[in-house]
Amino acid sequence: MTSQAGVIIRVTGPVVLASGLRGARMFEIVKVGRQELIGEIITLEEDVATIQVYEETAGIVPGEAVLRTGESLSVELGPGLLGNIYDGIQRPLREINVLWADFISRGATLPALSEAKKWEFDPKVKEGDQVSGGDTLGVVQESTTISHKIMVPPGISGRIHMIASAGTYTIRETIATVRNGDRVFDLTMVQRWPVRSARPVKEKLDPQKPLITGQRIIDTLFPITKGGTAAIPGPFGSGKTVVQHQLAKWADADIIVFIGCGERGNEMADVLTEFPTLEDPKTGEPLMNRMILIANTSNMPVAAREASVYTGITIAEYFRDMGYDVALMADSTSRWAEAMREISGRLEEMPGEEGYPAYLGSRLADFYERAGRVLVCGSGKETGSISVIGAVSPPGGDFSEPVTQNTLRIVKVFWALDSDLAYRRHFPAINWLLSYSLYGEEVGRWWTENIGPEWVAYRKEMMLLLQKENELEEIVKLVGPEVLPEEDKLVLFKAETIRESYLAQYAFHPHDTYTGAGRQYRMMAMLFDFFTLADRALEHNITTEQIRNLPVKTALARMGSVPKDMEETEFAGIKTAMAAQFKELGV
Amino acid sequence: MAEPSREYSTVSKVVGPIIVVDDVEGIGYSEVVEITMPSGEKRLGQVLETQSTRAIVQVFGGTRDLDTDITSVRFSGEIMKIPLSGEILGRIFNGIAHPLDGGGPVIPEEMRDIYGLPINPYAREHPRDSIETGISAIDGMNTLVRGQKLPIFSGAGLPHNLLAAQITRQAKVLGQEEDFAVVFAAMGITHEEAAFFLRDFRSTGALERAVLFLNLADDPAIERIITPRLALTTAEFLAFEKDMHVLVILTDLTNYCESLREIAAAREEVPGRRGYPGYMYTDLAGIYERAGRIAGKKGSITQLPILTMPDDDITHPVPDLTGYITEGQIVLSRDLHRKGIYPPINVLPCLSRLMQGGIGEGRTREDHADVNNQLYSAYAQGIKIKNLVAVIGEEGLSDTDRQYLAFTERFETEFIAQGQYEDRSFHRTLDIAWELLSILPQSELKRIDTRFVAKYHPAHGRHQA
Ligand SMILES: Nc1ncnc2c1ncn2[C@@H]1O[C@H](COP(=O)(O)OP(=O)(O)OP(=O)(O)O)[C@@H](O)[C@H]1O
Ligand SMILES: [Mg+2]
Repeated sequence: MTSQAGVIIRVTGPVVLASGLRGARMFEIVKVGRQELIGEIITLEEDVATIQVYEETAGIVPGEAVLRTGESLSVELGPGLLGNIYDGIQRPLREINVLWADFISRGATLPALSEAKKWEFDPKVKEGDQVSGGDTLGVVQESTTISHKIMVPPGISGRIHMIASAGTYTIRETIATVRNGDRVFDLTMVQRWPVRSARPVKEKLDPQKPLITGQRIIDTLFPITKGGTAAIPGPFGSGKTVVQHQLAKWADADIIVFIGCGERGNEMADVLTEFPTLEDPKTGEPLMNRMILIANTSNMPVAAREASVYTGITIAEYFRDMGYDVALMADSTSRWAEAMREISGRLEEMPGEEGYPAYLGSRLADFYERAGRVLVCGSGKETGSISVIGAVSPPGGDFSEPVTQNTLRIVKVFWALDSDLAYRRHFPAINWLLSYSLYGEEVGRWWTENIGPEWVAYRKEMMLLLQKENELEEIVKLVGPEVLPEEDKLVLFKAETIRESYLAQYAFHPHDTYTGAGRQYRMMAMLFDFFTLADRALEHNITTEQIRNLPVKTALARMGSVPKDMEETEFAGIKTAMAAQFKELGV
Repeated sequence: MAEPSREYSTVSKVVGPIIVVDDVEGIGYSEVVEITMPSGEKRLGQVLETQSTRAIVQVFGGTRDLDTDITSVRFSGEIMKIPLSGEILGRIFNGIAHPLDGGGPVIPEEMRDIYGLPINPYAREHPRDSIETGISAIDGMNTLVRGQKLPIFSGAGLPHNLLAAQITRQAKVLGQEEDFAVVFAAMGITHEEAAFFLRDFRSTGALERAVLFLNLADDPAIERIITPRLALTTAEFLAFEKDMHVLVILTDLTNYCESLREIAAAREEVPGRRGYPGYMYTDLAGIYERAGRIAGKKGSITQLPILTMPDDDITHPVPDLTGYITEGQIVLSRDLHRKGIYPPINVLPCLSRLMQGGIGEGRTREDHADVNNQLYSAYAQGIKIKNLVAVIGEEGLSDTDRQYLAFTERFETEFIAQGQYEDRSFHRTLDIAWELLSILPQSELKRIDTRFVAKYHPAHGRHQA
């Protein structure tokens, strides 16, 4: 803490200029004005600092003081993060609600982690052990499935001089001392880390395994990996948030970090009401227990919105460092970019494309660069991963705008949402012609080895049929469907069946909402059985119209909504019905 | 801040709605300002930027007749507040909360900052009580829920006012008889439009439970910046202090955004899309997010903002940014209007994001979600075939295609279309839907659970619940 103070000389919206701050550092946290609002230095020129203020600035008067803290914007990392909800600068919204009021007033500041709560600490090292950053000192069982590793903070190494015995401790109590020469480090269960710097890793590895999301079109056609990056752009109402919620619910990650960045308050309320009632399909635990929510809604201070993605990714890195697979959703990265633009506009910086600052592209790249599968720090050989899924909200739904374009240069998976699909309530409204995944090959290997040998072939054939459909549709637009040869009509019908029976998936249906990898494969197999029979029928001069009228069509369309415990009987029933109905046609 | 008020006559510059006052000291950001014109007339302003010895002020009454010589500016040391009390129901004000109804000033129980504070997301309760508006295109397809913000995207000359008035007349939550109130904010609408709403509110008795803030077409444009905030501050007071269910109608947001643009231009800010300021999303969110429910509180705020899409273009920044903030939208169509269909709601681009939690068994009816889904898919299919027919004629169509065409025609004329005073129940709406869906072969009803087909399809002996 330095006592040196500056003086406010200008206030415009969330941006404050102060002079007399020679010696202050970039990104240093300062306390602004009489109410000591939290702010961060974002530019320095001579002794004048530009400060973005994380709270409403109404009433601030030039002449008031700015106090330096000597610290950068940092988060507290330790037991108590899971299941919590924070604003963009890690203020705990639940406690603020309990202690203050339903509306967030200025100056409401509380520690991010409970200082009173006692945690059961189980030591994993002994006195005299040599440790370095990333090594596990002990564990706290934070939920039945998540053991929270208490690690040596990055940058510290030496011999264990003292380690607390098994017992309960608060996060402020010293649980270990590490000695290195004549330097002694007292360690608690909490680390602080500056959000704008990535936490170190030993080595970056290539992603290998799919992140199974239970969303058929994603897992089958446009898969993402553990450690991969994906962008999901689309106009308003096309389903970005629902897809992100679906992933937060069902993706087979250990930890979920969800950042509501400049979006709706009610969507956060939705997560808070729904997630505690849902069970993790893998562990049976309430889904909320593996989740950290950052909620800086559109009407909350814009500078804190800018910070929220960094707060989120730093928390994600911390759990990755324990060796977990973390999935992070940012909804929406466009609002983050707009926060940058808004602040930059107030600074009267030279604007780049569409008023965004020239550094937009590099900020986006730096953020996604913090994703990945890695060998974590410490003496073990453990790996961890962060998968990042960013929503993008292009103005007018036009993908040529700067945020979408800059994001596409970085991410490996692109789920393009389409308003036409959303209008006809085909959800997820992921356009299968525009979307892509660059992880197809790695992921294909996993499916073939773990789920079924035909997966790669099925996937390829599906894509092919959908592409053919698109070409044929162009012809139909000119001449109508009736003049097409029977083979082409059948292609159209097959593609339609894929769309309606496989790709469409209703998020709010209790069973359709999630399809595990095994069921996805069995559904595909069923469809291809159907197609094989249909091909044979055509050879017997049966028309597509006749096939289309088979009652089994509706049963195929409902495969996704069959309850888990009835899958075997129902699917067997469909198979029998299918065979019988084709037989009746003479196949 | 609490500085005593200070007066200066050092206006050095006037640009559009903005003035620069020099040689000042200790001016707070966002402070309220009173400007005294050479004629003695007083106008209201607010500090947009403050520097050590200079303040930049937006003048709500406009800068006409303002000079740099005599004009004096008094800084109040306060941020903008509105006096509120339970007695405010039934009152009519202008766009800056001066009474227009001959009544005296409001005797405040409370003075409230008009910018409000953000609701803690943790304090919000997810809205679930569906509102029956009696309008099928809304109730059946895009159910409105108490605490939702659902704008009407309209175009010049389309009957959005009739629709808003009909919703106000008919809206009810089944099985609940509770305190309601209407807060109405006009921004730049005509006298005629304002008179229409007044007449309608009066005829139904809603006027006694309404608070009106009227900034009309010939009122100062910059005042529009504060009109919706006055309305929403009033609504928050009524909802969360007085336990009322408040319906807020804001019209027309496009005029509001014009005023924002005017200020941004006068300040020579870097413009965003089509000249609107880059912070318009944040600014609009500061309005639209002031809706919802709070856990443990009885009242609610439901917002029904109206905006006209310039050139009927839904990608224009005003509807676009609105759609990105609100919980869906009701979109009016010129085509349907030309066909004589009222309400001319094009359901395809419409959405109600909160519908899911408000419908279904125990709320509206068990088959609602499936029927809604099926209607969407069938209508979209029908429209696609219709467009095809425009090119190739009807000859090349299959029987099923023809059935879709018939469905689509009747969907528009029997389901969407209804009388201005026709109030349909949820059940009636869904029954009409089944009637129309029965035009299609049953094998096409893929999105409806077989249980519901068996129970509600007219071919299976109509169930009347
Ligand atoms: N998989 C799905 N199943 C069922 N409905 C869906 C699905 N995806 C989206 N929807 C519907 O679409 C609506 C809009 O989706 P969502 O809120 O995710 O849009 P968005 O792209 O995030 O929009 P915005 O940019 O405005 O936030 C949802 O409220 C829901 O009704
Ligand atoms: Mg969204």
